[in-house]
Amino acid sequence: MQATPFGATVRDFRERGGPRFVRIDVLLLAAVVGLVACSLYTLATATQDDIAGSPNYFVYRQAAYAVVGIVLMLLISRFDYSRLRDWKAGLYVFLIASILVVFALGSVTKGARRSIELPFFQLQTSALGKVLLVVVLSAVLVDRMRRLGDRETTSRAMLLALIPAMLVIAQPDLGSGLVYISIALVTLFVAGTRWTHFAVLGGLAATAVAIVLIAAPAVGVEVLKPYQVDRLTAFVNPAENTDEEGYQQQQSKVAIGAGGKTGRGDDATQTKLDFLPEHHTDFIFSVVGEEFGFMGAALVLSLFALLIWRSLRILTMSKDLFGTLIAAGVLAMLMHQIFVNVGMTIGIMPITGVTLPLMSYGGSSVLVTFIALGLLQSVHAQARETAFAKGRDLAL
Amino acid sequence: MYLDSRDRRPSLTPQLAMRVAILGGIALLAFALIFFRLWYLQVLSGESYRAEANDNRVREIKVQAPRGEIVDREGRVLVENRVGLSVKVSPGKLPESDAARDAVYRRLGRVLGMRPARVERKVERQLKALPFSAATVKQDVGTDIVAYLLENQDDFPGVEPERVFLRRYPHGDVGAHLFGYTGEISPPEIKSERFRGVEAGDRVGKTGIESQYDRFLRGRNGATRVQVDALGTLRGDPLEARQPQQGRQLRLALDLDVQSAGQQALAGRPGAFVAMNVQNGEVLGLGSAPSFDPNLFSPAISVPDYARLNSEDAGRPLTNRAIEGAYPTGSTFKLITATAALEGGLITPETVQYDPGSIRVGGVTFKNAGEVAHGAVALRQALSVSSDVYFYRLGLEANGSGDGLLIQNWARKLGLGRPTGIDLPGESSGLVPTPKWRDDLYKRELTDRPWSVGDNINLSVGQGDLQADPLQMAVAYATIANGGRVVRPRLGQRIEDSTGRPLQELQATTARRVKVAPEHRQAILEGLRAAASEPGGTSTPVFADFPIPIAGKTGTAETTSGIDQSWYIALAPYPNPRYVVAATIEGGGFGAETAAPAVRQILTSLFDVDDSGEIPAGTAPD
Repeated sequence: MQATPFGATVRDFRERGGPRFVRIDVLLLAAVVGLVACSLYTLATATQDDIAGSPNYFVYRQAAYAVVGIVLMLLISRFDYSRLRDWKAGLYVFLIASILVVFALGSVTKGARRSIELPFFQLQTSALGKVLLVVVLSAVLVDRMRRLGDRETTSRAMLLALIPAMLVIAQPDLGSGLVYISIALVTLFVAGTRWTHFAVLGGLAATAVAIVLIAAPAVGVEVLKPYQVDRLTAFVNPAENTDEEGYQQQQSKVAIGAGGKTGRGDDATQTKLDFLPEHHTDFIFSVVGEEFGFMGAALVLSLFALLIWRSLRILTMSKDLFGTLIAAGVLAMLMHQIFVNVGMTIGIMPITGVTLPLMSYGGSSVLVTFIALGLLQSVHAQARETAFAKGRDLAL
Repeated sequence: MYLDSRDRRPSLTPQLAMRVAILGGIALLAFALIFFRLWYLQVLSGESYRAEANDNRVREIKVQAPRGEIVDREGRVLVENRVGLSVKVSPGKLPESDAARDAVYRRLGRVLGMRPARVERKVERQLKALPFSAATVKQDVGTDIVAYLLENQDDFPGVEPERVFLRRYPHGDVGAHLFGYTGEISPPEIKSERFRGVEAGDRVGKTGIESQYDRFLRGRNGATRVQVDALGTLRGDPLEARQPQQGRQLRLALDLDVQSAGQQALAGRPGAFVAMNVQNGEVLGLGSAPSFDPNLFSPAISVPDYARLNSEDAGRPLTNRAIEGAYPTGSTFKLITATAALEGGLITPETVQYDPGSIRVGGVTFKNAGEVAHGAVALRQALSVSSDVYFYRLGLEANGSGDGLLIQNWARKLGLGRPTGIDLPGESSGLVPTPKWRDDLYKRELTDRPWSVGDNINLSVGQGDLQADPLQMAVAYATIANGGRVVRPRLGQRIEDSTGRPLQELQATTARRVKVAPEHRQAILEGLRAAASEPGGTSTPVFADFPIPIAGKTGTAETTSGIDQSWYIALAPYPNPRYVVAATIEGGGFGAETAAPAVRQILTSLFDVDDSGEIPAGTAPD
């Protein structure tokens, strides 16, 4: 008998030797579709007055991104991720180049140069960089698996992540830069890097923060833009900070709190009267909280929990270390964005400017998340295929 | 099917399993934190956040209430409202940067005809005092300017016109000294209990009747609650509206005709008049000359205008001489001396004294006005012909008997030397000179000599250091006329709603009572009657043909400037007086020359008699 409640279904497909795409994780797909539905529904109610004359502007575009994204995800899931190992050098060069090209050609949005104009949308290369970094780091660590205990391996991996991280922070996109660092740390962690290395990294990080936030400004060197420092300190001292950043977070808390148990529906004035800034992108979770209350927020969080659980599961069942590390990287990216974004809207995390995966409106964010999920599905499909070929049962 | 450990992929080492578990643990912890936080925000604190969200979106827009009108005893409008437009600057919408602000001030200054630095100073000063209220840049601007500002709103962020109610005085300078003016409430005022409920930018009474009855005249502002978005733009229909409530209408005891007649009678000569009901203190007329147009004060008087209204050259038009004029009263004071002497037992009404035209006391000769010798006179005749010597003797005698303060005490009892308590701010007390007062001054070397008997002799005929105003004298005469009630003069009669329906009568009050024997009172009134009706009476030439029998006393005050000040105080109709009318004209000569004819003009209006002919003037010295 099956040990898991879902195993039976999976096995049924497998035993019939069904179409190859069902080798993907169906529950992960379900979570993804659920989140897309939540995103579209929330956008529909929150943005209907944002653009006069086209109440569904954001909904249609987000739906289009999601459709393209799902197709992309299914295509990638049928592609064997293992081949990416050989392309790691090229991918890394592409990663750095795509970030640099933004400095040269990028368009400026709200004082930040983060994206390049494509025919249908603005591509934020820093977002795409997240997936590229996941693949490159995983490949490099697999290559150096036997020398994992070396300090050189850890420092090389960290350097690979820090170079693009510094570049995107300079765009400035602090949020993505921190995601890069999270990806590197989690990938190293899952690969089995020694605790002592993490301890040293922690010490270095503390020193770096001290230099960036305290020492450098003291001698007049500006490493972070003032608004980035504001965001970070606004979080530490919300009462003292009543200007822009503190205001956004306060309005977000008011919106979520006002939602109560079941939400305010059409009376969601924080959202509809624009008191809540960026309510279709970074602060979409606040909209969920205001319009649908604790119930709505809990539903969305449950879908994210499902997503993370499936990611962890795929991590453990990968057919090889490369797949495990890719899954770890994608997991890091998802966890970081979910917790930092939601934490920001409820006032327990500083505002660093990351989107909520699949929920936030935006082509780059949605498509990159789907590419990452495609890789995850590919790891799943490959593991399943290998197991099937060997007659193994992989249900955990 | 059983799980077979050999089927396990080799990479799932115990180390990896542990690390995956740690990752899972971190995720679990993070979700738990988020859930607890959401529970706290949404379920436990939901109500207060919902209230905060509603505070965000709901704005109250004030709708200014018009002030109540002020009408005369017949309901004729004396003070009404007109709508004016103010230009205000709202702090929340001003640009943040100094440069952008300066640009707004510059443009605004050009439109309003003000220097930009002045605009900035005005705004900054008001915002400093009340940081969240709109600051007024200019009051009462033309509609063309407001239209221009509204059409070019993008150039004037934070600038907004506001409808305000301003005062209008349809009768020009009639009653100018009574009404006072209104102005925007000042920061210290807004904190005082007296102005509770008044909001920044509201206009309140600053002086005069407007200030005295402000709590009635002031209306209750209305408010419209509207929904706004984050930029402050209106969204949707108003949520609820509270209509503004106009202030109460104030009906004065004043009679517009009497007031006009009084001001015409003064004819711009510096002086003052009072017409008052002797029974209840209702003031039917109270004026001062020179006068001014109170419309100058609405909305706010200019600095040069204000300087002019206070200048000595223009005769200080802002001063209300009827309640602030500190004058010697001349012979009109003899009523008080007579009362004191009768009640103090110095004389009886029949006591006869010989008046040779002058007396000599302590080396100083005190003469009758015009140096006439009146011969043997008793009180009635002494009042009628205004024998100074008769009263000099009383002054001399009073100084030497008892505590020597007989006249002073009676002067105070009858209302001199202290405010009358009229419902008009700014009254002066005047001065009843006493030995102690002069001796104190002398000790402090503020005067050249101590008190002497001559001072009391001067006081007995209303000369010397005595200072009183027409209202105080009117109260003293009213007290004798009504048999001993010292009335408290009163302008306000009734509080009404805006249609004139009475809401509250403003009760007449008696300040105190004094005891005057009826036969004494009778003798004094007869003396005053004789003065206005019998041959030889000082004002007989003025009132002989007047259809209403009056009793009255002339007075000629010798002032330091050497020009005599004319006084006249009449009680009418004789023998049961209803009204007292007092008038004084600086530099007007003898009482019968200018003040008495002025009083006759006022009485003409008061009794509505046909008196179109030439008003005779007397020449009698008094």
